[in-house]
Amino acid sequence: MSYISLSDKDKKEMMAKIGISSLAELFRTIPKDIILKRELNIPSPMTELELIQLFERIAQKNRYQNFLSFLGGGAYHHVIPYIVDYLSSRGEFISPYTPYQPEVSQGTLQVIFEFQTLICQLTGMDIANASLYDGASAVAEAVLMAHRLKGKHKVLIAKTLHPHYRRVVQTYVKNLGVEIEEIRYSETGEVNLKDLKGKLDDKTSAIVTQSPNFMGIIENLKKISDLAHSVQALSIAVIAEPVSLGILEAPRKLGADIAAGEGQSLGIPLSFGGPYLGFMACNKEFIRQFPGRIAGETKDVDGNRGFVLTLSTREQFIRREHATSNICTNQAWCALRATVFLETLGKEGLKELAWQNIQKANYALERLSQINGIKRKFNGNSFNEFVIEFSGGLKKISGFLKKKGIIGGLNLGEYYPELKKCVLVCVTEMHKKDDIDRMVQALKESIKAK
Amino acid sequence: MIREPLIFEISEKGKKAFSLPELDVPANKDLLQNLTVRDEIAGFPQVSEVEIIRHFTRLSQTNHCIDVGFYPLGSCTMKYNPKINEKIASLLEFKSSHPNAPLDLVQGNLEVLKTTEEILAELTGMDAFSLQPAAGAQGELVGMMLIRAYLGERGDPRKIVLIPDSAHGTNPSSAHLCGYRVQEIKSNEKGTIDLKSLAQNMNEDVAALMITNPNTLGVFEVDIKKITEIVHAKGGFIYMDGANMNALVGICRPGDMDVDVIHLNLHKTFSTPHGGGGPGSGPVGVKRALKPYLPLPIIERKKEKYYLNFDCPKSIGKVHSFFGNYLVIVKALAYILSLGHEGLKEVSEVAVLNSNYVRKSLERDYYLKYKTPTLHECVFSDKFQRGLGVGNIDIAKRLIDFGLHPPTMSFPLIVRGALMTEPTETESKRDLDLFIDAMKQISKEVKKNPEVVKSAPHISYVRRLDETTAARNPVLRWVEKKITRKKGQNGGNYFIV
Repeated sequence: MSYISLSDKDKKEMMAKIGISSLAELFRTIPKDIILKRELNIPSPMTELELIQLFERIAQKNRYQNFLSFLGGGAYHHVIPYIVDYLSSRGEFISPYTPYQPEVSQGTLQVIFEFQTLICQLTGMDIANASLYDGASAVAEAVLMAHRLKGKHKVLIAKTLHPHYRRVVQTYVKNLGVEIEEIRYSETGEVNLKDLKGKLDDKTSAIVTQSPNFMGIIENLKKISDLAHSVQALSIAVIAEPVSLGILEAPRKLGADIAAGEGQSLGIPLSFGGPYLGFMACNKEFIRQFPGRIAGETKDVDGNRGFVLTLSTREQFIRREHATSNICTNQAWCALRATVFLETLGKEGLKELAWQNIQKANYALERLSQINGIKRKFNGNSFNEFVIEFSGGLKKISGFLKKKGIIGGLNLGEYYPELKKCVLVCVTEMHKKDDIDRMVQALKESIKAK
Repeated sequence: MIREPLIFEISEKGKKAFSLPELDVPANKDLLQNLTVRDEIAGFPQVSEVEIIRHFTRLSQTNHCIDVGFYPLGSCTMKYNPKINEKIASLLEFKSSHPNAPLDLVQGNLEVLKTTEEILAELTGMDAFSLQPAAGAQGELVGMMLIRAYLGERGDPRKIVLIPDSAHGTNPSSAHLCGYRVQEIKSNEKGTIDLKSLAQNMNEDVAALMITNPNTLGVFEVDIKKITEIVHAKGGFIYMDGANMNALVGICRPGDMDVDVIHLNLHKTFSTPHGGGGPGSGPVGVKRALKPYLPLPIIERKKEKYYLNFDCPKSIGKVHSFFGNYLVIVKALAYILSLGHEGLKEVSEVAVLNSNYVRKSLERDYYLKYKTPTLHECVFSDKFQRGLGVGNIDIAKRLIDFGLHPPTMSFPLIVRGALMTEPTETESKRDLDLFIDAMKQISKEVKKNPEVVKSAPHISYVRRLDETTAARNPVLRWVEKKITRKKGQNGGNYFIV
């Protein structure tokens, strides 16, 4: 295929205008010894038909879609109203650049403004940005921001923060003199407050807590935030499952100073992990240290309301090495999807969605923990994920379930060696009662089969 | 013209655009007892489906986009985004696969990733790629981290990164985020790196030189071999910002220029749509020496099976929640395979042809600070117009009245009043001529009737916006009105930072 729009006649006319007789002359400034003297070693062009057939063949090597799955752990299977796909696939939304010329980008800008508002409403914060790459980098940016604000070297991170996020934070801070200490979890699956108190001191810039945490447990953010504030540190609340905010108290109300997280649950397909949607919101007093693009309201010369990218003196294209972040291209189109998603669900819909998640997960938890050989690992309160512990080995059970077309959850041993008999199970509104019952039945059989 | 309100302003209690099936498990009301449950979310929207469709459709119609017309933003490579690639990325098997899925159930995804890595390595002449960075700037950061890890392991990560004064702002920002001090290198009168200045600044405290080639003026660094020699001689690395790779694919390869690390922008060169500011994808390619430091996990293949290798002790670690912007990568691979080797080379040839045609056609009307031949983009300025009181911003805004998107403004910083113009290869001669004619017309207007230019745009959805007030009194979100709205007033009691 080719997407060139010039005819041979056009090319000739244009070359004549430029004053060249071959296209090679256009590249005369490139030294001869580095000009590639062979063809690139990639296949010849394909027609649309060949291309779609090729990709269908590759896609069919994926078999995940045929399974009944209870996987969560930072990526959640939720309902996506059809109009999210419909509206977000409009060329006017998918094919513009970052809105550098606001007069011809009001659609994108107003959507960002609405997205910022929705994120503020969900988190209870004053300000939000236009998006960051994903949950992991959003947390990393929040940690760096706290470090800039407080200037102290230590950051305390709950061990129940998503293990991938923890690793990404480590990567980001490695060369910047920030020291990370991890806080253990307790028997309830919550942050171990004793461990936290022991490690918290006046060298601490921030405490990072995910809620619901990686074990699915809802944290006592209020208590943790109070502890942070007792040493003038900041409380960073991480939300990897924002559907929970349909029912749980907003992080700001629980004392968090910064909220950062992953917006994938809000209308973005699982997509093998990306593109997703990092988000970040905070108190207005931190605005000068806030990373990322921000849209703001203003007026045009006729007095009509309009929106622009603003406060860019924080950003790399103005401040270069003194910018608050190096981020430029972010995840605007994913933010658009989240905006359509949230506005479609609305106040009642989001609440109902959260309610159904908590109910269905609880139903599954109760049924599963009645099975001999399975017990609930943590007794803290959960949202739509929970950890179960098996008395026997997991390998056989996983194998058995797989034969039945079921993926029971995420084995935690890879992330937490002490939890090698544990599985993180996620149940959402996408699971019907029958699905849950089917898994319960299969698990019973698998345990017996041993 | 209908002025589209914010969704929050048309929200009314009781309206719905969504419903879930009835809960089919027994409801347990006690569950909430131990939780801190929130009050109703104040101001959260309640609207009908029709209202949502009209809201976003109307908003979309106020956007300029590549599907509608010419979009010559320099260094952004606003080319047409083939629709078939969207269809391919939306195949259920790709779209619905979970990143934590057992690897034997997602072999197709891993094949896409590995194939893309290998193809990008061939296109650039590098030895290995990581597809994890979510955008160009994250790619830069990862590239810097790789260099720092390599040098650090040998005892001294060094302190300084050299960056030309024509570079993108992300370059110094990324170097800084990796713990480096930035030293600027001056451009010479040709707009390229001044070898003398480079040699003077290059020493054993310098970790790397970040270059963009062709640079942001669209000029190829003819002395690239000498540049790499100077830097390598003192043990430094060459980092190449691949933002302008659209000029080079199939023509020459950064790896053959002795570049050590490069990032590509799949959302520029390889045509994945920009989405109004992302998602992008910024793969990083390296030479063999830096391969052990690439981000985790590494995708490997053994007997036709793909698996993930986490056992790489020298790796800089993880940089993304999962594997990068996967569906963006799918689109880029589809694009590359559809064009094939012939098509890709033609892309660069025509991108450079189109750009040179625009340059030649406008060089009498708009000042070109650097006369050096350019490749895929060129940077005009407002020097001829400035004396008449018209700046690049006015020219840019006037273009909007012709239905065209303006070029990148005021960048690179070494050209005062810059209008950085990159037409890309997908534009027809007719569209190029529309732009050229509009620019010529504006140049005439500046002489005859500068007011019409200075007060532009005239026909857009909103006219020139007050960016100063937006920054001085930031209104960054809507809040529910607490006071009664006065007649004729737009909006109400907004939250002000």
